[in-house]
Amino acid sequence: MTTTKMSYDEALDRFEPVLGLETHVELGTASKMFCGCRTMFGAPPNTQVCPTCLALPGSLPVANAKAIESTIRIGLALNCSIAEWCRFARKNYFYPDMPKNYQISQYDEPLCFDGYLDVEVGGETVRIEIERVHLEEDTGKSTHMGGATGRIHGADYSIVDYNRAGIPLVEIVTKPIPGTDRMAPEVARAYVTELREIMRSLGVSDVRMEEGSLRCDVNVSLMPRGSSEWGTRTETKNVNSLRSVERAVRSEIERQGAILADGGRIVQETRHFHEDTGTTTSGRSKEEAQDYRYFPEPDLVPIAPDPAWVAELKAALPELPSVKRKRLQAEWGLSDLDMQAMHNADAIDLVEATVAAGAPAADARKWWMGELARRANETGTALAELPITPAHIARVTELVASGALNDKLAREVLEGVLNGEGTPDEVVDKRGLKIVNDEGELSAIIDEVLAANADAADKVRSGKIAAVGALVGGVMKASRGKADAARARVLILEKLGVSE
Amino acid sequence: MSLIQKTAAELGAMVAAGEVSAVEVAEAHLDRIAEVEPKVNAFLHVDREVTLGQARAVDERLRSGERLGPLAGVPIAHKDIFTTHDMPTTAASRILEGWRPPYDATVTRRLREAGLVILGKTNLDEFAMGSSTENSAYGPTRNPWDLNKIPGGSSGGSSAAVAAYQAPLSTGTDTGGSIRQPAAVTGIVGMKPTYGGSSRYGLIAFASSLDTPGPFARNVLDAALLHEAFSGHDPLDSTSVDAPVPSVVEAARQGDVAGLRIGVVKEFGGDGYQPGVLARFNEAVALLESLGAKVVEVSCPSFVTALPAYYLIAPSECSSNLARFDAMRYGLRVGDDGTRSAEEVMALTRAAGFGPEVKRRIMLGTYALSSGYYDAYYGQAQKVRTVIAREFEAAYHQVDVLVSPTTPTTAFPIGERADDPMAMYLADLCTIPSNLAGNAAISVPCGLADEDGLPVGLQIMAPVLGDDRCYRVAAAVEKALESRWGGPLLKEAPAL
Repeated sequence: MTTTKMSYDEALDRFEPVLGLETHVELGTASKMFCGCRTMFGAPPNTQVCPTCLALPGSLPVANAKAIESTIRIGLALNCSIAEWCRFARKNYFYPDMPKNYQISQYDEPLCFDGYLDVEVGGETVRIEIERVHLEEDTGKSTHMGGATGRIHGADYSIVDYNRAGIPLVEIVTKPIPGTDRMAPEVARAYVTELREIMRSLGVSDVRMEEGSLRCDVNVSLMPRGSSEWGTRTETKNVNSLRSVERAVRSEIERQGAILADGGRIVQETRHFHEDTGTTTSGRSKEEAQDYRYFPEPDLVPIAPDPAWVAELKAALPELPSVKRKRLQAEWGLSDLDMQAMHNADAIDLVEATVAAGAPAADARKWWMGELARRANETGTALAELPITPAHIARVTELVASGALNDKLAREVLEGVLNGEGTPDEVVDKRGLKIVNDEGELSAIIDEVLAANADAADKVRSGKIAAVGALVGGVMKASRGKADAARARVLILEKLGVSE
Repeated sequence: MSLIQKTAAELGAMVAAGEVSAVEVAEAHLDRIAEVEPKVNAFLHVDREVTLGQARAVDERLRSGERLGPLAGVPIAHKDIFTTHDMPTTAASRILEGWRPPYDATVTRRLREAGLVILGKTNLDEFAMGSSTENSAYGPTRNPWDLNKIPGGSSGGSSAAVAAYQAPLSTGTDTGGSIRQPAAVTGIVGMKPTYGGSSRYGLIAFASSLDTPGPFARNVLDAALLHEAFSGHDPLDSTSVDAPVPSVVEAARQGDVAGLRIGVVKEFGGDGYQPGVLARFNEAVALLESLGAKVVEVSCPSFVTALPAYYLIAPSECSSNLARFDAMRYGLRVGDDGTRSAEEVMALTRAAGFGPEVKRRIMLGTYALSSGYYDAYYGQAQKVRTVIAREFEAAYHQVDVLVSPTTPTTAFPIGERADDPMAMYLADLCTIPSNLAGNAAISVPCGLADEDGLPVGLQIMAPVLGDDRCYRVAAAVEKALESRWGGPLLKEAPAL
């Protein structure tokens, strides 16, 4: 079913959005949540399985202590209270990719609860309240074969890979987020971005949205302006990139706005986001809520983290990304705008590493946000995925500072490194990219240029100093960019007997 | 005396001394199985070659000087709910017909390592749900004392195999009495260890918070030897107790009750109890007093609520535990003709693969866990469980052990209660409280009821990790009664 949409602005003129975000993070533990199986991404199907994660009769779960530790660290980073005593619970429902037909999760006793995360959007700080952070296991992965959509409906048959079954999954649920108004899509994106950076700084997950190690469900509802009664919400799944988070919120606001404006009713349901169209389509209806028959998992003992240990974990938390950004901004003396742009481009860690390798902050920023960002954009890769390291950038800035390279040559060196021609120094050697600062060589080139451009030389001699630009250009051309333009200018004027 | 009549301790000693080989001991029992199995139907799987292969390997290990435990070379029958990598494991259900597990349960693995030889897998009520073994998808097992009577359940194949001299030892699981009740009605010893004292890894789950593996034997010492051989902390079972195994063998050898305080549970007796059962029980209590124990009556009023609480908790857990039998990865698959969805295949398979009692309990449990009913049923039952555990605790402040009849009646006729679940459930009236509290409890023969000449069991209950007390009292009773009877009770059983 397609629905006419309302323009975003029009929808927001009449309605206020309320957001809610449920984020699943696959922990990067070496073994699964309840058994010793490996967790390598992309292993051949059904090669990382055992009696427990296949739910063979008689098998039992044993909780992964590292996963519990990681969850507590996440909770602490999100300013949560940590449960003194809590249990796993079984969430019962039948699905072929869930081997036990129940998921070991947590229900009314989450490991972490009542926290918050501050995010910055448009220069404002928005506090996102965290309802809970709990630990559970991932399901296997179904692939639906035949049929046009890759969805279960219309498929001829399905195959299941249980490698993912039992990988530890942390679910982070926000409280409803009212008051974001027109910033709702940006707030949603900023929240997931910040969350992702926290996970990275904690080292608990590789948080790759495209590989599904960070997955986000976006809840949106609208209420008429002036109302305080929240509307019916939808839950949009399959949101696999930061950009999609933003687009999914926007799309749902537009879709729901149109329905409500027509006097229609929002159906409480799961919706699927489509990357190609940027829209959502209806999934499973939640009107008749599934009864998961939660009960405490009798195969596992309660978790009772020692408060002293939790305090130790808290004390040992790394500097959180937002704090670090503020510190770096002060150290680097960069503007809010520059920092925000670097943050959005995922460049801060790269710039930091480049500075650590010896480059001035302004230069590091300039290269990553200029030449390299352009290159990343052209090739559709993330900055961090470019085949160049912060150490390379630092070396290039060093060569420029020493006068061995100018900006133009430096760009050529970077291109060489990106093409896999080696380190900056190797590229300089192979391509012969050193500035000509041998006075004799430069002098000879100038003589040739003056001889070939007698008219221009005469103009300069006659006092039209502006004409020297053409001569300098000739020198640069003749030296194939390797000459030091400023030095060439001085020498040309000397040779022509003109002083400025 | 033939090999099959020897105790496990004797057989272990003979094998260790080289007087007999593990192969000879296994062959004698396999022959006995072949002889009486058509009458008893205690086994679901017997594989002579696999068994003899194991026996040869044990003989080889002993010849090479490997030091094995006191039961090396002794044969054992496993309830067909423990996984075995070299024999099928079905839980007596159609849904697992022919399933061959790729791994051993901790109990079976430890006993293999200790040199015990597996004779086969014994019959049970499907998924251990029942008190008569009539709920097996593969036909009922018969009581060696009277082939028209039930051998108890759910571990009825294991109790019958030991009582019929098909095996000197067997394993069972006790969720609401499934070891003690079969032991009582077949005149043998059966022990439910402290919950968590024996590993559930590889035990096909019925009710996870209650299931407890335990031993069957024809005498108290053999049961203790087996108990010790498979018990102890298992990192693969999170609910396994990380504590030393109580010194049960020493207690079984000691068998002395002088100065021990024994409490008679007031609530277990009276209406609904067979007079012959009560007569033997009262004699056993008098006997204990004569042996120097101090006997007092103890009231545990909440024990009468144990049965209803159990029939909410166990089905709730089972409704979830049995969800994995969905035709996707193993076992029966029905209706997979290319036209049906996975969900339809799951439903058809479960409809065809589970028996009526299993379905009844899955439905009871599904209902009890439903939103809106959880607090009134499952939640309430858990509260009752806590109250019962506290009552036990209070009782154990006054006494060292509690005693009661193991079952209200002796073995009942096959078919008598098959259509009356409530009557069937009453068979576990006295055994269930110990499961809810996680305590240790044993059943030891205390004579034959006058009415029917069938065995009566005395239940001895002890606190968590007080397993040794059960063995100590049981051994004292056994010693005194056997000297009175001039031998074990089983010699009164008719020849098969």
